Amino acid sequence: MGESELKYTREHEWIKVEGTKALVGITDYAQEALGDVVFVELPEVGKELEIGDVLGVVESVKAASDVYSPCRGKVTAVNEALFNNPELVNKDPYGDGWMVEMEFTELAGDLLSEEQYEARLAEEGK
Amino acid sequence: MVSLLKTPLYERHVELGARMAGFGGWIMPIQYTGVLEEHRAVRSAAGIFDVSHMGEIRVSGKGALFFLRKLLTSDPASLETGQVQYSLMCCESGGVVDDLLVYRLGEESFLLVVNAGNKDKDVDWLRGHQKTTGHGDSVEIRDISAETGQIAVQGPRSAEILGKLCEAKLEGMRYYSFLKTRVAGLEALVSRTGYTGEDGFEIYLRVGETKEAWDRIMEAGKPAGLVPAGLGARDTLRLEASMPLYGHELSQSTTPLEAGLERFVSWGKGGFIGREALEQEKREGVKKKLVGFVMVERGVPRAGYELLKMGRVIGKATSGSYAPSLDGCLGMGYVQAQEAVAGNRIEVMIRGRWAAAEIVNRPFYKKKGGWSNGRE
Repeated sequence: MGESELKYTREHEWIKVEGTKALVGITDYAQEALGDVVFVELPEVGKELEIGDVLGVVESVKAASDVYSPCRGKVTAVNEALFNNPELVNKDPYGDGWMVEMEFTELAGDLLSEEQYEARLAEEGK
Repeated sequence: MVSLLKTPLYERHVELGARMAGFGGWIMPIQYTGVLEEHRAVRSAAGIFDVSHMGEIRVSGKGALFFLRKLLTSDPASLETGQVQYSLMCCESGGVVDDLLVYRLGEESFLLVVNAGNKDKDVDWLRGHQKTTGHGDSVEIRDISAETGQIAVQGPRSAEILGKLCEAKLEGMRYYSFLKTRVAGLEALVSRTGYTGEDGFEIYLRVGETKEAWDRIMEAGKPAGLVPAGLGARDTLRLEASMPLYGHELSQSTTPLEAGLERFVSWGKGGFIGREALEQEKREGVKKKLVGFVMVERGVPRAGYELLKMGRVIGKATSGSYAPSLDGCLGMGYVQAQEAVAGNRIEVMIRGRWAAAEIVNRPFYKKKGGWSNGRE
């Protein structure tokens, strides 16, 4: 599975869509910028989220960052491995570092393709 | 726009791939490979830090000792040449102007090592009080920060690493003492001091020779596991060791008594700036006290977060982080004095949610074995 199947937000989340299910996490750029992730806060399974709602919090050694939902829908699973191994977000942001699984009804309208996301990072000098 | 100052090691940090950021007016390395890795290296082997941003001020002359006794809370008269003392400089209200190290270089000569961001304020403060204390002509105050580089080597293997390059013997050196010697053939002042809670050394050099010393120490230390460590690790290390940071635990609106630093206040020496205010505070009792706390529930406390007791605000966190050596989250903060009791259950307001915490005795982390301190 290539990362090209993923869509990205301007706030550095990624979303991978399969049917009406989606996996969400933060991008490689985001984990790199945050530094060592030491704590991840995730929503409860069953929680309903609107597009742009705070879905979770990623805390690195130095700072806390909100993670925003790139879709409207219900949380169907959270990556519980992150509670004991938050460093998975650093090690494998697109794989074992995924954060939530959602059953979605609507995707954010302004999701970026990989090329668009890369271009945006380059534009911002990142 | 004010541009950030560069230390003599700036290029080295960039070559090492450090993430650079502004700190105290300087552009400094925050991390190289990662805060956790650097932190653990300092606890288990050794880390090398660029601390050239720190300010160095020479105070000398016939009146130097009397002048410093008046300006500082500690008593530098108790220092022999070759000894170092932690001290605080207070204003009349008892608030802290800065915390610093005093090195006794000789009978009439002292070196003050002060915080980077406070250096100019400190120099002004010292000069401003020369006349008011009657030492207009008998004391010379020289800011030597620009001509001085500083490197810290910290960790259980630091004596072994530095010993390879140092002309003088380091093994017998006491904690909080210093020597004038050569490191890799370069003239240096080496003190057994630090800000990590580990054994370690701070090395003062001519600014132009700092890079060479850094390279030679890096080379000599590699086999023993020496790694460059940034300000990120310096902060988590000092937090675990419960050492105060100016601008967080210390400021002009906090006093040494509130910060739990009374042992650095010499009541026996006579008058000093801030004495009356501190005496009054001691008589009446402090209103707030600095405490350490550990998180009982999951969550990372940060500076500025409210501390509560049964939903009532009792204070504010001044520092907080994940603590790598203790594998938990902890912080320091000021709470109402009557709540500053070890074992007291409190809550931290973490981003709109309460998380349980417990006040504990400090320091959180104590180096195994301990070392001879020379003071306590």
